Amino acid sequence: MFIFVRHIDKVIGLKLIIHLVALLPLLTIYYLAFTDKLGADPVQEIIHFTGIGAFNLLLLSLLINPVAKYFKQSFFLKARRLVGLYAFTYALSHIFNFLAFDLQFAWSLFLNELVERPYIFIGMLAFVILFALAMTSLNTLRRKMGKSWQKLHNFTYIAAILVAVHFYWSVKSELSSPILYCLAVFILLALRYSKIKHLLLASFINK
Amino acid sequence: MLIRKFMRNDLRESQITPENVFLQRRTLLKGMGFIGAGTLLTNSGQANAIDWFSKKEITPFETLPLSFNVDDNLPKQVLTPEAKVISHNNFYEFGAQKHQPAELAQNFKVNPWQVTISGECDKPMTIDYDDLTKLFTLEERIYRLRCVEAWSMVIPWIGFPLAALLSKVSPRSSAKYVVFETLHDPEQMPGQRNRRLGGGINYPYVEGLRLDEAMNPLTLMSVGLYGKTLPPQNGAPIRLVVPWKYGFKSIKSVVSIKLVKEQPKTTWYQLAPNEYGFYANVNPSHDHPRWSQASERRITTGGLFARNRIETLPFNGYAEQVADLYKGMDLSKFY
Repeated sequence: MFIFVRHIDKVIGLKLIIHLVALLPLLTIYYLAFTDKLGADPVQEIIHFTGIGAFNLLLLSLLINPVAKYFKQSFFLKARRLVGLYAFTYALSHIFNFLAFDLQFAWSLFLNELVERPYIFIGMLAFVILFALAMTSLNTLRRKMGKSWQKLHNFTYIAAILVAVHFYWSVKSELSSPILYCLAVFILLALRYSKIKHLLLASFINK
Repeated sequence: MLIRKFMRNDLRESQITPENVFLQRRTLLKGMGFIGAGTLLTNSGQANAIDWFSKKEITPFETLPLSFNVDDNLPKQVLTPEAKVISHNNFYEFGAQKHQPAELAQNFKVNPWQVTISGECDKPMTIDYDDLTKLFTLEERIYRLRCVEAWSMVIPWIGFPLAALLSKVSPRSSAKYVVFETLHDPEQMPGQRNRRLGGGINYPYVEGLRLDEAMNPLTLMSVGLYGKTLPPQNGAPIRLVVPWKYGFKSIKSVVSIKLVKEQPKTTWYQLAPNEYGFYANVNPSHDHPRWSQASERRITTGGLFARNRIETLPFNGYAEQVADLYKGMDLSKFY
């Protein structure tokens, strides 16, 4: 039945699903947290939820290309930017929750933690990358930037590695969850082995 | 000091807390699917996709009312609601996530129970379940609990001073430290049989105090909270409470108290000695390597907008009673 649906409708449908799947949980979790229905410590809960959510979405955005190629469904690619933007939204909310609800706008403590705690610093580096990617995601900018757009957006791979390190480093004990995530990043990057190898070689030759 | 005998059956205002605090939310979160729920989905050991639809009924553990003395002269503090005290627990034996002990510990058997007090003492003894609440006069102690993760609660414990118990066994002069052990029962404690659920720490959980710390009047063996016996997630039937140290020192569900000559290797020290020292005194000027200990979030009521970040006090505000114990010690070295 699916094959009779026009390409454009499939894209719209897919985007609709992404909006629902990404936006509803975010709204629900904020509602629960604001009304003190999110367990004893809503602050910790919402920080973890948005953090892991951002990571899941980032991994999903990296999964789209290999899946689209494997199933020969190019319309998947049309939804990739949306997933990436939601990853950025979750990451933004993750940091905002930390600053606003955990540190409660103690800016000096925020800056202090940023400098002194390597895992927070690394998380912030990843966020800077996601921020740059989100800001340059407009089609007009993409056209203006030409080849450098793709170069910039290859930094997604570095962001994924940084987020994995950030997660691994933040955990108190019991490393199996972070290890599984590291493995997922490794697999997603391994699927792009030749591209990444090419990128690395090119950057060495340029130097 | 006025001490009145008190039978706690009536509710206090602070006790009347919204039940929605711990009802429903897990189901909601899981229902929300994969986006933010990665760790929730995978970690609970028992929960799986099918459980979301067939809601498991958990019969809650039955706590019993206690009779105890209350000191009315203590300064009033805003208590952490009971619902939060019993649903936000670090008790890795029942799962390393804070909501898990309340879910996975409800069938825990605490009767019969035995605590042995042994080692460097003249009159070693064993206490049975019934003795826990009968051997000593019970009193309520409202203490601040400061977790090493930089959150805190205010909890009305019921118990007796550890000093009273230790005096009964007549410690020898060779006794320098006290070692505590939690029950080791993988049958009952899923975290002990599943490394992933149990947070990857060594079991049984071991904690320790210097003898003079153990004899300090603040050091409490708790058998209850909020007027009733302890629920399992809070360390039933008996646990240690050392209010001037980080929470992980206050070992739960104790089966062994042993007087020894040497400083013991405690559980969190074994895992990461550079992060969790033997002393673990609350100290705002000595940071955890990965986060600041200068301030904390006090968990009471209110959602995200609760402005609850407060300064952390040296020895968690109990310096007057305990600072003398550490005279002349470099607290940044003996953290």
